[in-house]
Amino acid sequence: MNAPLRRSGVVIMVLFGLIFANLNWVQAYKADDYRTSYRNPRVQEAEYDRPRGVIEADGTALAQNQATEDDLKYLRVYPKGEAYAPVIGYKPVSMGSVGIEESENDFLSGESDKLFADRLSDMFTGDNSGGGNVVLTLNTKAQEVAYKQLKNNERGATRGAAVAIDPQTGAIQALASFPSYDPNELVTHDKTAASKTYNVLLKKENNPLLNRATSQTLPPGSTFKVVVSAAALQNGYDEDTEIPAGSVYTEGGATIHNAEDEVCPGSEVTLKEALTESCNTGYAKLGVKLGADKVKAAAKAFGFEDDTLKVGDLESGDGLAVAASHTGEIANEDGSTDKAALAQSSIGQRDVRMTPVQGALIAAAVANGGEEMRPYLVQKLLNQDRGTVYTAQPKTLRTPISGTVASKLKDMMVSVVENGTGTNAQIDGYTVGGKTGTAQNVENADPHGWFIGFAFNDKGEAVSAVCVVLENVSGGHASAEAARIAGLIMKAAAGGGN
Amino acid sequence: MSRIPGLKTRRNAELGLLAFAMLLVMAFGATVEANQFDTITSTFWVPAVLLSILFLGLHVVIRFTAPYADPVLLPAVALINGIGVAFLRRLDIARAISNDEDIPGIFAGTGGRQLAWTLASLILATVLLLVVRDHKIVSRYAYTLGLAGIVLVMIPAVLPSSLSEVNGAKLWIKFGSFSIQPGEFAKLALVSFFAYYLVRKREVLSLASKRFLGIDFPRGRDLGPVVTVWLLSLLVLVFEKDLGTALMYFGLFVVTLYVATERSSWLIIGLVLFFGGVYLAYLLGASVGGPFANFYDRAEVWLDPFSDANYDRVGGSYQLVQGLLGLGSGGLFGSGPGGGAPGHIPEVRTDFIFAGLGEEIGLFGLSALLVCYLLIVERGLRAAIAVRDSFGKLVAGGLAFTLGLQVFVILGGITGLIPLTGQTTPFLSGGGSSLMANWLLIGMLLRISNAARGPAGGPAGPERPGPKKAPTQLHGAMTEVIKP
Repeated sequence: MNAPLRRSGVVIMVLFGLIFANLNWVQAYKADDYRTSYRNPRVQEAEYDRPRGVIEADGTALAQNQATEDDLKYLRVYPKGEAYAPVIGYKPVSMGSVGIEESENDFLSGESDKLFADRLSDMFTGDNSGGGNVVLTLNTKAQEVAYKQLKNNERGATRGAAVAIDPQTGAIQALASFPSYDPNELVTHDKTAASKTYNVLLKKENNPLLNRATSQTLPPGSTFKVVVSAAALQNGYDEDTEIPAGSVYTEGGATIHNAEDEVCPGSEVTLKEALTESCNTGYAKLGVKLGADKVKAAAKAFGFEDDTLKVGDLESGDGLAVAASHTGEIANEDGSTDKAALAQSSIGQRDVRMTPVQGALIAAAVANGGEEMRPYLVQKLLNQDRGTVYTAQPKTLRTPISGTVASKLKDMMVSVVENGTGTNAQIDGYTVGGKTGTAQNVENADPHGWFIGFAFNDKGEAVSAVCVVLENVSGGHASAEAARIAGLIMKAAAGGGN
Repeated sequence: MSRIPGLKTRRNAELGLLAFAMLLVMAFGATVEANQFDTITSTFWVPAVLLSILFLGLHVVIRFTAPYADPVLLPAVALINGIGVAFLRRLDIARAISNDEDIPGIFAGTGGRQLAWTLASLILATVLLLVVRDHKIVSRYAYTLGLAGIVLVMIPAVLPSSLSEVNGAKLWIKFGSFSIQPGEFAKLALVSFFAYYLVRKREVLSLASKRFLGIDFPRGRDLGPVVTVWLLSLLVLVFEKDLGTALMYFGLFVVTLYVATERSSWLIIGLVLFFGGVYLAYLLGASVGGPFANFYDRAEVWLDPFSDANYDRVGGSYQLVQGLLGLGSGGLFGSGPGGGAPGHIPEVRTDFIFAGLGEEIGLFGLSALLVCYLLIVERGLRAAIAVRDSFGKLVAGGLAFTLGLQVFVILGGITGLIPLTGQTTPFLSGGGSSLMANWLLIGMLLRISNAARGPAGGPAGPERPGPKKAPTQLHGAMTEVIKP
């Protein structure tokens, strides 16, 4: 019996050898995968082991931490709640994070290489002092005015967005989306409650989780006339060039009217007047005259069709993704220009779609002498001791128009606010220019009201460029309310002295 | 107690090893406190010293009742048992801290209860050593034990699930908050019965009829017993929903059969039958479902634990994956006792204690534990080889092999090598039945190793080593003296 016993001993050794080999697989070969698995709760605990960096603007904390008694030692708190949610986003325990919380995660969590020296000194001092702080470009007054005005708009519109940019640098002064949500409910350590809240928000009417400023494209209506004007000015037209107009224009299957009978009923009107009064027939004819390629090229020069833009950190290039704006297909099936479509597209209808960020960029480029600065949100990165690790260096994104064209366009847009459809945007002590837009969308639905514009101070410096959109505004003159809000935002941004 | 000059008892070696094992347990407790409280309390040594006193008691009993017993068994088991108590106490401490409760006393919580179970187990082992002065006495009660074993195996299977099911495996008898795993005791009884039965029948079973592929196969009519046990173990698989238990009983029988007959054909037949049966159960589970569904589920979870479907399903791979993530988080060296987060692993006090411990002591620590288990099993087999009677050989060999198989089944399950089953980790898992049964097993191995290493002609007998005695009759079975 001894031989089988010895062999049984060998069998046990082989079985134990298999266990040992498998332990090597689990604890050595796969260890890194398992240690960092998203299913590993230790990863979360480590994240919450030290305080996450603060996100702030104008010295106001927008995302900070509160020490807790549970396993996750810090609770993320957003003191300003929904007004800033579309920018800051949120950092939940077990769901994906969004916004600046997501794009600056490495720095906020302290894992960034920029904080290497601090981590090294932590190793010697035994401290665990937390992540780095992010200072945003936002002007808190402008941001709060933007959200408050969207929310309490005088026409009862239930959806809208606003973006304000410093035209000279590209720094975002305000970026608001309405309706919004309270990010605090999503970051609670009660994961079940958080995920329940998320699902409720996901199904809620008017989709509050959608960032309408960056992610939603809508027909821009007459604001697109600024782009067509740029195309005309670049192709030999001047402010006072007479262009054909009239009360009705029929092209192919499309009939184009003006908003009111008193708008450009004559056979000709100057380009400046056409923009000031928002003459639909004039711009439709102008677009058809210029041709689809030139209109499309002008739009593309301002940033249409660009699906790579992110608004956040100029250095890493990461941030809030901005959806591409489109001019749409303006061709028949055989490839020739669809003139009906071109006529409608030239007044920002048909398949033309624009994000509010794109609208603000157009206004900013005009205000900045034709140079479109790359928009950004992260002004500074500070280490735990509030030493500056990084300061944003403004960059030119593109130069869609020459300085000459820009200055003519600026004159025309100032005329819109001083004498035309955009008078609601006027601010005492500032020269304001802009363009309104009233965009038809679904049949029988109220139109969207747009305003894109800019403000210059008395020294002639461009202080703010803005885009406001209110969706499905009832009661006519949809753009007037947008213009009024735009004026208030620019006033706050200019007064804030950013 | 009478010692024979020239034969070494090695009791002092046992004492030295035991002291070393207890120092390790004490160091474990101290590290836990350092990691959990950032300081070491003045009472950190108490659990280790209490355990030392208990094991020292058994050591003294061994000195008097089994002086020639293997000196490695007690310290190796004591180390594993001690680490188990210390780790359970560590879990209690972590839970108390996170719930803002007072730190549990030495005798409170699962750690304290495990300490009490250790005391009970050592008393049982002592009683066994005192009562069973010669392991051959056990063969007198072979049929009683066999019957008791089968009844113990069957009780959970026939009880309603509410009284017997834990985590999908029907291996328990639950009375209120208290539950026992009768299968743990059954394996002791069954080994004794199989050993007795095979000693009597080995000649018949050794007869070969056909030679095929160079292997002698037994006669068809001699297949009866092995087929019976195979069917029983498959019934266990189906009704107790546990592959590991089925594998253990069947493996136990096949190995004792193989040792008794020295015919490898039995091993082959056994393996083919078992894996054929398991595969059949898998196929039936996939197509018919019903009683086979549970096994099918477990196999699916084993095949792809990380798939979302298996992970998110109730009763799916969540605990297996959390165990693996715990083991992986520990890596090579572990986070140190008290430094990890084993609380995230479900069932970490019982089935998954090895994964929880693995996070804190790492691959190196677990390998050391694995070596301890291997040492216990191989020492048991060595006692089987050295003991002079067939019954003793089969009992010691069967028990040692079963212990090894159980360690393989549960550790293989936790590490994803084989489908997960509801076995306890011997000496480590929290819970009384497993600890008591396994200490009884160690008591038996100590008793047999005493006979193996001691003077011929009976344990601690008056005779000096000399010419071997002629074969003697053992309750109807022939016992022979193995040539050295």
